[in-house]
Amino acid sequence: MKRSGWIVVLLLAGVFVLSQNISAVSQALEGSIYQVGKLKPIDSVLKVKVGDTAPDFTLQAVAGGGVTLSEYAGKKNVVISFVPAAWTPVCSDQWPGYNIVKDLFDANDAILLGITVDNIPTLFAWTSRMGELWFPVLSDFWPHGAVADTYGVLRTDGTAERAIIIVDKKGIIRYIDVHDINERPLLESIVKAFQKLQE
Amino acid sequence: MNKGIISLLIVVLGMVFGTNLWSASIQRAEYGQQLAEMQFAVPEDQQARDYLGLKGKGDVFKIPEIDAQVVIVEIFSMYCPHCQKQAPALNKLFTSINNQSALKGKVKIVGMGVGNSAFEVGIFKKQYAIPFPLIPDGKQAIVNTLSGVVTPWFIGYRLNKDGSYNVFYSKPGGFSNEKEFLATMLELSGLPEGGDQ
Repeated sequence: MKRSGWIVVLLLAGVFVLSQNISAVSQALEGSIYQVGKLKPIDSVLKVKVGDTAPDFTLQAVAGGGVTLSEYAGKKNVVISFVPAAWTPVCSDQWPGYNIVKDLFDANDAILLGITVDNIPTLFAWTSRMGELWFPVLSDFWPHGAVADTYGVLRTDGTAERAIIIVDKKGIIRYIDVHDINERPLLESIVKAFQKLQE
Repeated sequence: MNKGIISLLIVVLGMVFGTNLWSASIQRAEYGQQLAEMQFAVPEDQQARDYLGLKGKGDVFKIPEIDAQVVIVEIFSMYCPHCQKQAPALNKLFTSINNQSALKGKVKIVGMGVGNSAFEVGIFKKQYAIPFPLIPDGKQAIVNTLSGVVTPWFIGYRLNKDGSYNVFYSKPGGFSNEKEFLATMLELSGLPEGGDQ
């Protein structure tokens, strides 16, 4: 084969190799979630129990302003959803599910408060990818994890547990699920807890 | 340029364009095979059972037992925002298939709710008025088997008369134009116009 022929073939082979990399890049764009691997299921000790008055708190919301738990007293049952951290696997597909069941919460006179220990800019960037959330997302960033610590769901690495805590209209804790951090709690567990609120 | 060079050019160009076309439709083809070997509980809902037209009579079924020539599977999760956005387009795809007599009953759609309980799948079906069967992943079998799967993920199966199947499409990501997506599915499946007789 002539030298010019080999050059053409090598150039085309280069195009082939580059075309494979383009495909790999497009897949990599989807990889914005940090893989944390398998974690210790629970890494904290609860400081509250069912029947206790829920410790009050005020936290900054991503949407602006502060949200205070006691403001819901006498008005709404409150479902507090602690999740460990933004941009992590299970957390990133937990709240989007709650986002399509506002009717379930409304039917039970309940509001959802989503809390992580991330700062507001991080939470803004992360939750923006979930679409428009109907519930407040709150930052327990500073003093770091103070609210999570008050409830006893702050892990030793500074993240929060994956926990659901339901507070009734009287401000009493009626349900606690400090879940295996590696798994998402089933939605029906919240629904069953709502049913118990009626009892 | 001599014949040798021309032949090599054809081979290399074939590699460039042929491989890209293939990778555009097939990624992680083993997902399709793994899913096809798994057993799922037969839906309790009679409408879903009628749609699937399962050939077996037990309480469980496999995808190749669905009475169809082409099965489009969406691996989804009710917790996945992209799956939520995808739902209306998928409903249109279902309608588009059923409005064509040549395709109705021959091309079917099934949703697999990866990591979702029956309750969660039911919520998704109700919220988005999904007309085709959604299968839950109660024992997390799909999660555990299809390691690394992202949602939504579409798999296309061509079911053959002898009970065998081919996976002709396996790819993450959704679509916005149901007619284009259906055309792609039909082309890649090799289903003759009007379906197999």
